Amino acid sequence: MQPFTIHKGRVAGIDRSNIDTDQIIPKQFLKRIERTGFGKFLFYDWRYIDERTLNPDFELNRPENEGATILVANENFGCGSSREHAPWALQDYGFKVIIAPSFADIFYNNSLKNGLLPIRLNKQDVEYLLEQSKRADYELTISLEEQRVYDEKGFNRTFVIDPYRKQLLLKGWDEIDLTFVYEPYIVEYEKKYHSA
Amino acid sequence: MTPKTIIEKIWENHVVYREEGKPDLIYIDLHLVHEVTSPQAFEGLRQKGRKVRRPDLTFATMDHNVPTLNRFVVKDEIAKKQITALEKNCREFSIPLADLSSPEQGIVHVIGPELGLTQPGKTIVCGDSHTSTHGAFGALAFGIGTSEVEHVLATQTLWQHRPKTLEIRINGHLADGVTAKDVILAIIHRYGVDIGTGYIIEFTGDVIRSMSMEERMTICNMAIEAGARAGLVSPDEKTFEYLRGRKYVPKGDEFEKAVERWRQLATDEGATYDRTLEIDASTIAPMVTWGTTPSMSAPIDRYVPHPEDFSNDTERKAVQLALQYMGLKPGTPMTEINVQHVFIGSCTNSRISDLRAAAEIVRGKKVAPGVRALVVPGSQAVKRRAEEEGLAKIFIEAGFEWRDSGCSMCLGMNPDTVPEGEHCASTSNRNFEGRQGKGARTHLVSPKMAAAAAIYGRFVDVRKLQSELVR
Repeated sequence: MQPFTIHKGRVAGIDRSNIDTDQIIPKQFLKRIERTGFGKFLFYDWRYIDERTLNPDFELNRPENEGATILVANENFGCGSSREHAPWALQDYGFKVIIAPSFADIFYNNSLKNGLLPIRLNKQDVEYLLEQSKRADYELTISLEEQRVYDEKGFNRTFVIDPYRKQLLLKGWDEIDLTFVYEPYIVEYEKKYHSA
Repeated sequence: MTPKTIIEKIWENHVVYREEGKPDLIYIDLHLVHEVTSPQAFEGLRQKGRKVRRPDLTFATMDHNVPTLNRFVVKDEIAKKQITALEKNCREFSIPLADLSSPEQGIVHVIGPELGLTQPGKTIVCGDSHTSTHGAFGALAFGIGTSEVEHVLATQTLWQHRPKTLEIRINGHLADGVTAKDVILAIIHRYGVDIGTGYIIEFTGDVIRSMSMEERMTICNMAIEAGARAGLVSPDEKTFEYLRGRKYVPKGDEFEKAVERWRQLATDEGATYDRTLEIDASTIAPMVTWGTTPSMSAPIDRYVPHPEDFSNDTERKAVQLALQYMGLKPGTPMTEINVQHVFIGSCTNSRISDLRAAAEIVRGKKVAPGVRALVVPGSQAVKRRAEEEGLAKIFIEAGFEWRDSGCSMCLGMNPDTVPEGEHCASTSNRNFEGRQGKGARTHLVSPKMAAAAAIYGRFVDVRKLQSELVR
């Protein structure tokens, strides 16, 4: 996993609640057996009118959102299917951070495992960021170390993240390697409850 | 001793390592694997030269993208690649696999219980959000992503914070024609699609106790649609009777001993939850979704709502977008929504009792002109049973297509999809935009309601049909 420390980037907003993983990456693109290459299918049904035509009304297709690396959306982002293809697609498209008032549990976990940082801010702050995101030059900075989101106009908020996950992200550690450190405990547990 | 919920008991039984400031490292008793969310995990193992720690606690099948007609002819090259990859991975890592030619193949959440792999007290994971289904047996079962699949393959454990506990107590009695599907749709309708976020739900109350195992599976299956990663039911005699004699449960005395252990798991009298919600079953009617989240539903005797009926801007906007996508006008009676497709299947409602309930409505009738109706049994075992019982014949004579098992039209990863702009009465679990095909308009309903919609070409109140059926 790529470490995440600090990131500054442009902000795109999609003012919808319950954006589900079927929307983020429709099922016809789940058949790849790699982790990469999903970005071009991100939000496929919203982004394209047909195979060749972009939908000009869709938020990410607006010129002011080109090159955005921070996505802001409304409640319950990432609900539905457990497909990790959703964070893979967001990341492959170029997003590093997703900000919403709330996230679905599985999506939240999946994102953290890939170095895509999901940040919960309160509804009012999200509304403010959605408004700001309409401007092409609007940028946010996210410091994971300080657990802080801020802009150059005085917006400055802290966010909560599980300290264990934060460490993994900051260091970009492979969680499986880390778990192997606890191998003796696993062996002991298996002796007691799960002999093969 | 302090009274405990089943959730706390199972959790405590599975802690491998605990340290302040960290999630618990918990042991996984059963890992179910399918073709769509596993290839990248196996690839990860190979790249690092890791092996599968416990192939004996792992079980695989293919269900998501398998054809339900001519199942051995996978025309979609990429789907074929995934199916072949799973076969190869299972061979390489010695994982038992119910492949397309196996009589045990089926939707992973249907075959787990059928084979007795699913048992009370187990921690069960699968790279699929509807893993919550297995909670019906008093197991702690939840969906995981591919990174976690890889982690479980390599270590048979997961780092997890213990979620909070939510009790949803369903009191009273259900009216005739009202089913488990209507109960869970009504719960989500009332409390919303994120009421369960951060919680594990235990479903309790008289209604749950009187339900069959298959009905409990329908309820737990959709716990994820309420935002909860897991939903479960304390095991009881019904649970044990269902499991007795199944392939992977202990035999003879060992089974009786297991039952004794399982009995201890049920939530203790007086145990408390972080939150409790109650619902009166007598207020529940057959439900039909009209929108693009499972909470956007209405009782069959009501109307498609108006965006103005909703209290806040976000909701009003969501409803407006949903109605536009669904092509529905506010105020339309639910019984005036026409359907062109009917899908009876999915891990929510494709078990033998679901097919029996649907066949009872269909018997001696014909599918309405202009309606394409599909029955996709949840497993090959369900399919054989339905054929033995004469249910298949009832469906086929009525004009339904009778298919092989798989996820099929629930998510349309195989060739079974709904064309743009057309309406489908579906016994599945998600009515998201594009779920059953680009522009497809999904209405979630119970098997009875779907069967009735096939006959009438529109939604009808099965409670009214029910009285006609009594003869």
